[in-house]
Amino acid sequence: MTIANSTELICFLILGAVVVLGSLGVVLLANIVYSAFLLGGVFMAVAGLYLLLNASFVAAAQVLVYVGAVNVLILFAIMLVNKREDLKPIEGLALRRLLSGGVCLGLLALLIRVALTTPWAVPGPAAIGVGATERIGEHLFTDYLLPFELASVLLLMAMIGAIVLARRDVLEADVGTGDAVNQVLVEKPQTPLLIDKSTS
Amino acid sequence: MPEPSSGLVPLQAFLLLAALLFCIGVWGLINSRNAVRVLMSIELMLNAVNINLMAFSSYIDGDLIRGQVFAVFVITVAAAEAAVGLAILLSLYRNRVTVDMERFNLLRW
Repeated sequence: MTIANSTELICFLILGAVVVLGSLGVVLLANIVYSAFLLGGVFMAVAGLYLLLNASFVAAAQVLVYVGAVNVLILFAIMLVNKREDLKPIEGLALRRLLSGGVCLGLLALLIRVALTTPWAVPGPAAIGVGATERIGEHLFTDYLLPFELASVLLLMAMIGAIVLARRDVLEADVGTGDAVNQVLVEKPQTPLLIDKSTS
Repeated sequence: MPEPSSGLVPLQAFLLLAALLFCIGVWGLINSRNAVRVLMSIELMLNAVNINLMAFSSYIDGDLIRGQVFAVFVITVAAAEAAVGLAILLSLYRNRVTVDMERFNLLRW
């Protein structure tokens, strides 16, 4: 199941370069559509890293969930809020970027120091290899059963919440009492929220 | 057959890559003015954490791969977060007709 060492190293270097350059592109590119597609590339490269780590199931889940769902969702959001707008310049932007860059570099230095100086307990027990998927299934239905069920509830709540948040029209009558309601936005009170159904 | 834990790529290489990815994500989270890009940066950070979990699972916990189970949960939560985040973004856009983070300042004092 394992591949030769030099091949593994070459794959790691290529995938790592793709991850780092792609994420820099996601953050720095001016066009948001390019960023979204680069994000898909980064997700694919991370899935490749998982394959290097002998985790085929999680790599498949990464491709399905991130590339297939999250990235497509982001592209849909870009499409829905696609308006050319000239961002107003704000004062002290360069200073702000420099300061946050300094903070991030400090965090990076701290993380590198931790990663290099901690005596990790390697090599650990022998890797399970191809049996990883079965082992994940055993975990999910024995000792991680409660988090597994909670995750399904969380997904249901997220689905309902996303529908409620993104829905366009509002109800004419209160669901509980049946009284007529017309909620107005705090931001734009002049805009009627109710859709006038009499004209259509 | 050489095991991956004794391979040429050490555990620290994965940790350094994940640290770099996380820091890029933090920088993007702070500095992006487009709200969609902020969500992308959050996804980058979640992926960095996942790389760490998978590396530890493979190198240190190779038998019981608990890190992979955690990575599956993180992927689940990330999917839920992306859906709700983008729904919030859509309803923000409906109110403010912009995606500029500098203009979402209703709660600022």
